[in-house]
Amino acid sequence: MKMSKRTLFGFVGATMLATAPIQAFAQDWEPRKPIDFVIMAGAGGGADQIARFIQAVAEQQDLTTRPLVPNNKGGGSGAEALIHVNTANDPDHTILVTLNSFFTTPLRQENLGIDIQTFTPVAMMGVDPFVLWVHKDSGITTFDDYVAKVQEMDGEFVMGGTGAGQEDSIVIAYMSGAYDLDIKYIPYDGGGAVAKDLAGQQIMATVNNPAEAKGFYEAGDFVPLLAFSDERMPAYPDVPTIKEMGHDFSYYNQRAVVGAPGMSDEAAAYYQDLFTTIYQSDEWQGYLTSESLSPLWMDASEQRDYWALQVENHQNLLAALGE
Amino acid sequence: MRVGELLTAGFLALLSLYLMWKSSELPIGYISGTGPGGGAWPFWLSAIMLICCFCTAFNWWRGRTPASRSEEPVLDSHGWRSLIFVGGGIIGFVALISIISMYGGIAVFLFYYLWFLGRHGLLLSLTISLVTPIALFFFFEGAMQITMPSGLPFTDPVFNVLYDIIY
Amino acid sequence: MDVLLLLADGMLVSLQPLNLMMIIIGVTLGLFIGAMPGLGSVNGVAILLPVTFLVPPSSAIIFLAAIYYGAMYGGAVSSITLGIPGASTAVATTFDGRPLAKQGRASLALVTAALASFVGGTVANILFTLFAPLLASVALSFGPPEVFALMLLAFATFVGLGGDDIPKTIFSICFGLVLGAVGFDQISGAPRLVLFDYNGFLQGIGFLVLAIGVYGIGEMLWTIDQTRGDVTATTPKMTMKGVAADAKEATKRGWKGTAIGSLLGFFVGILPAAGATPGSLMSYGVAKIVSRNPEEFGKGAVDGVAAPEAANNSASTGSMLPMLTLGIPGSPTTAILLGGMVIWGLVPGPRLFVDEEQFVWGLIGSFYISNVAAVLINLAFIPVFIWMLRMPFTILAPMIFVLSIAGGYAATRDMFDIWLMVVFGIGAFFMRKFDYPLAPAVLAIVLGPIAEPTLRQSLLLSSGDPSIFFTRPVAGPITVVALILIFLPALKFLRRSPAKSKNPAS
Repeated sequence: MKMSKRTLFGFVGATMLATAPIQAFAQDWEPRKPIDFVIMAGAGGGADQIARFIQAVAEQQDLTTRPLVPNNKGGGSGAEALIHVNTANDPDHTILVTLNSFFTTPLRQENLGIDIQTFTPVAMMGVDPFVLWVHKDSGITTFDDYVAKVQEMDGEFVMGGTGAGQEDSIVIAYMSGAYDLDIKYIPYDGGGAVAKDLAGQQIMATVNNPAEAKGFYEAGDFVPLLAFSDERMPAYPDVPTIKEMGHDFSYYNQRAVVGAPGMSDEAAAYYQDLFTTIYQSDEWQGYLTSESLSPLWMDASEQRDYWALQVENHQNLLAALGE
Repeated sequence: MRVGELLTAGFLALLSLYLMWKSSELPIGYISGTGPGGGAWPFWLSAIMLICCFCTAFNWWRGRTPASRSEEPVLDSHGWRSLIFVGGGIIGFVALISIISMYGGIAVFLFYYLWFLGRHGLLLSLTISLVTPIALFFFFEGAMQITMPSGLPFTDPVFNVLYDIIY
Repeated sequence: MDVLLLLADGMLVSLQPLNLMMIIIGVTLGLFIGAMPGLGSVNGVAILLPVTFLVPPSSAIIFLAAIYYGAMYGGAVSSITLGIPGASTAVATTFDGRPLAKQGRASLALVTAALASFVGGTVANILFTLFAPLLASVALSFGPPEVFALMLLAFATFVGLGGDDIPKTIFSICFGLVLGAVGFDQISGAPRLVLFDYNGFLQGIGFLVLAIGVYGIGEMLWTIDQTRGDVTATTPKMTMKGVAADAKEATKRGWKGTAIGSLLGFFVGILPAAGATPGSLMSYGVAKIVSRNPEEFGKGAVDGVAAPEAANNSASTGSMLPMLTLGIPGSPTTAILLGGMVIWGLVPGPRLFVDEEQFVWGLIGSFYISNVAAVLINLAFIPVFIWMLRMPFTILAPMIFVLSIAGGYAATRDMFDIWLMVVFGIGAFFMRKFDYPLAPAVLAIVLGPIAEPTLRQSLLLSSGDPSIFFTRPVAGPITVVALILIFLPALKFLRRSPAKSKNPAS
C-alpha cells in the first residue's frame, strides 16, 4: 500500500516540479489552500464539461499556486451547490461555476434563504444559446412544419427536457405560449439523456444547448429549426431566430464563475485576474467558437446588474409557467 | 430479544408512517393522463413497509421468528459496553472532524481505539495513529486532490506547511 | 480488416516502453483507488485528467484506460476483504465473496474475482470490436418503458436474495426505494421527502452513504458484538503457488458464473440508463437460477463471486460503447472521459467512430492491453491484500472505520452525509440483530432512482395508460418475463407455506 502511494505521489510531484510554479502575475493575495471549485451540476453535464475545461487550462498553464479542485454538487437543481457555497467556512477558497439555476433555484425555493446578490462576481465566461432540434426522420425541416405538426397532433407531440423550471422548459413554455402549442413534456435527468432519446426517436423534439446536440447534428441525425439567440448563430447561419419571427425573446444559459459570499476583496481581485487570463487564453476562445457559446464579458459591477436583471426576467418567466 | 424485535418493528412502523406523511406533501394519487403523482412512489412503498411491520409483529406473536423465541438479551453487558465504546468512539471521531480536522480526528480516534480499546502498546498505538493520518494526507490531498475538512481556523498553520510541501 | 489493423496498431502503441510503464503505474494506482471504500474509477479518472495534458494524448488515453481497469478490479478487493462494497457495482460481490473470506478462503475469492473480471473485460472488448455500430442502435431502441422493464427484471432477481423472513426482506427493499426517492422529484421538480426539513436531504441520499453506513459501520459493529472483539485470523499465508492452486479451483467452480456475467453484463452495460449495477445483480441472480446447487449461494459459492465480477467489468467496458458511438456517457466515469475528449479537441457523437478511427481503436486496443496488465498486477498483489487481513482485528477494525469515514467524505464532500452514515450504521446494527437483510436496501437505493423516473416518463408518454409496458416490442417480452420471475416464487411460497408453518409447531 505504502509503496504505491509513494509512487503515485512521486509521479504527481514530478509533474508539478517539471512545470515549476511560477506565477504569471504578481499578486498581494494568493490562495494558501486548494480552491474548492464547486460545480452546480453532476459529472458529465454541460456545466461540468466547462468547469473541467477551465480547470484543465489553469493546470496546463500553471496559473494557480494551489489547484482548483472540482467538486460536483448537482443535487436539487443546484440547491446543493448554493447551500454549500453560501455556508462555506472559507469563502476565500470557494468559487462556483454557475448556470441559470443560479437565478431560478433561489426563486423557486425561497426557504433556502439564498440571496444571490451576496455572492461575489468573478467572471462571465460566456453564454450558451438554445436551439430547437428535431430528428431527421421526422420529416420536419422548418419551424413552420414543426408548428403545423404540433398543432395537428393536438397534445400528443412529445418533447423531452431536463425538468420543470429548468432552462429548456422555460424556453418551451414561452414558445408554446407564443404559438399556441400543446406539447407533452417528458422530464429527464440530464441533457445527455435527452439527446440520446431524441436520437432513438423516443421523443420528437428537444430544446438543447448546441454543445449537447452538436455530435448528432454533424452526423446528420438532428435538424436545427429555430435559435433562441439574439442574432443568427455563426455555426448555424441558416437557422432563423425567434426574434426574426417577430417575438421579442431570447434565452441563454450563463456560464459564469462566482465567489462565495463574504469573499475578501483581495481574493476576489485574484480570481478576477485569474479568470480574465483564462478567458483570454487561446484555449478558451477556441472553446467558445467550437461549442457555439457567445462571449458576454462583463466587469464585476456589470455582473451584479446582470444578475438583478436576470432575477427579474426569471421571476416573470416562472410566473408565466405557473410556478 | 423477544421485546427487542417488537420494539424494532414498532419503531420501523412509526418511521414508515412518518415517511407516508412526508410523501403526502406531493400528490400521491394517480393523476389521469399523466400517471402517478410526485409523492405516490414513496407513499405507497412506505405503506408496504408499514404492512411488513404488521406482518413481522404477527409472526412475532405466533413465535415464528428466531428472535421472538429467544430469551437472550439483545445486548448483554459486554455487548452494550462495546457498542457504547466503539459506536461512541465513532461519533466522537466524526464530531472532532469539524474541530481538529479530518486528520486530527483520525489520529485521536486511532489512538483511542488502539491504546484504550485494543490494549496495544503505547509505542505501537502512537506510531500507527500518527503515520496513518500523514499517509492519508498525502494520498487524498497530494495524489487524489481531494480536500478534507481542516477543522477550525487554528489548524491553518499546520495545513499551510503541509500544502507547501505537496504543491 | 481496417478495423483489425487499427486495433493492432492501438495495441502496439500501448506496448511501447513509455506507454507500458503508464499502464503499469495506472493499473496499480487504479487498483488501490478502487480498493478504497468510497473511491472508484470516477475519482481516478477525474483527478488524473488534467495530468494527462502533460503527456502526449495517445499516452494519456492509455493511462486513463489503465486506471479505469485497475479501479474496476480494485472494487472487488474491498468487497471481499473488508466486506464494504466500494461501488454499487460491487455489492453483489459481497454476497459470496465475504463468506468465502470468513471461511479463510479470501485468496480464492480474490483470484476468482480477478480471473472473472479478466474474462468479462475481454469478452466485452471482443464483442465491442465486432459489433459496435450494431449495438449502438440496440442502445438507442431502449426508451423509458424498456429501461423500466429491465429494472423490473433486476428486481425479480431480488426475490432470491433476501433471508428467510419475507416481510423483513420486502421491508428492506421498500426502505431502499423510499430512501432513493429523497431529494427532488425529477418529474415535477418539487422537493420531496426533505426529512425533518433538513436542507441536507435536498441532495438526496447517495448509494455510498447507505452502503458505507451499513457495511463499513453497521456490519463492523455487529461483527465486534458477535465475536466479542476476538476475531482470530484463520487466513492462511499466501504464496504464489497458492495463487496458482486457487486459480485452478476458481476456473473449475466459477466458469459458469463468469460466462453468464460476461454476456449479460455487457448487454445491460451498453444501455446508457441502466449501467453496471443492474448488470452485476442480474448476473448473480441468473447464475443462482441455473446453478446446480443454488443453496450454496450466499454462503460462499465461487460462481456467486465470478458472475457479478465478470458482469461489472464487462458492463463497464460496455458502457464505453454509447460514449464512443453516440457521445452519450453511460456512467459518471465515461462522462468525465467524454469531457476529456472535448478538451483534447475531439467531438463526441456518432461521427467520432468514423472521423477519429485512430483514437477510438487506439483506446480499445489499450483496453485489451490494460486488461491483461490489470489481471497480472492484481494477482501479484493478492498476497498483500491477504496480509492486510492477517492484521489483528483490534488494528484492522479502527482502520476500516477510518477508511470508511475518510473515504465516505472523499466521495460526498459533505459532513451531513457523514453524520447520516453514522446514523445508518447504528440503525443497521440493530436491524441486523433482528435479521433484517440489508443488501436489498443497498441495491434498491441504486435501482429506485432509475426505476421511478422511467416508470413515470413511460406513463407520461402513454397518457397514463400502463399497457405501454406490454405493447412495445422490446419492453413487452421483458416485462412479461420479469413479472413471471417475480410472481413464480411468490406462488410457490403461498402453496408451500401451510406445510412449512407446521414444522416449527411440531
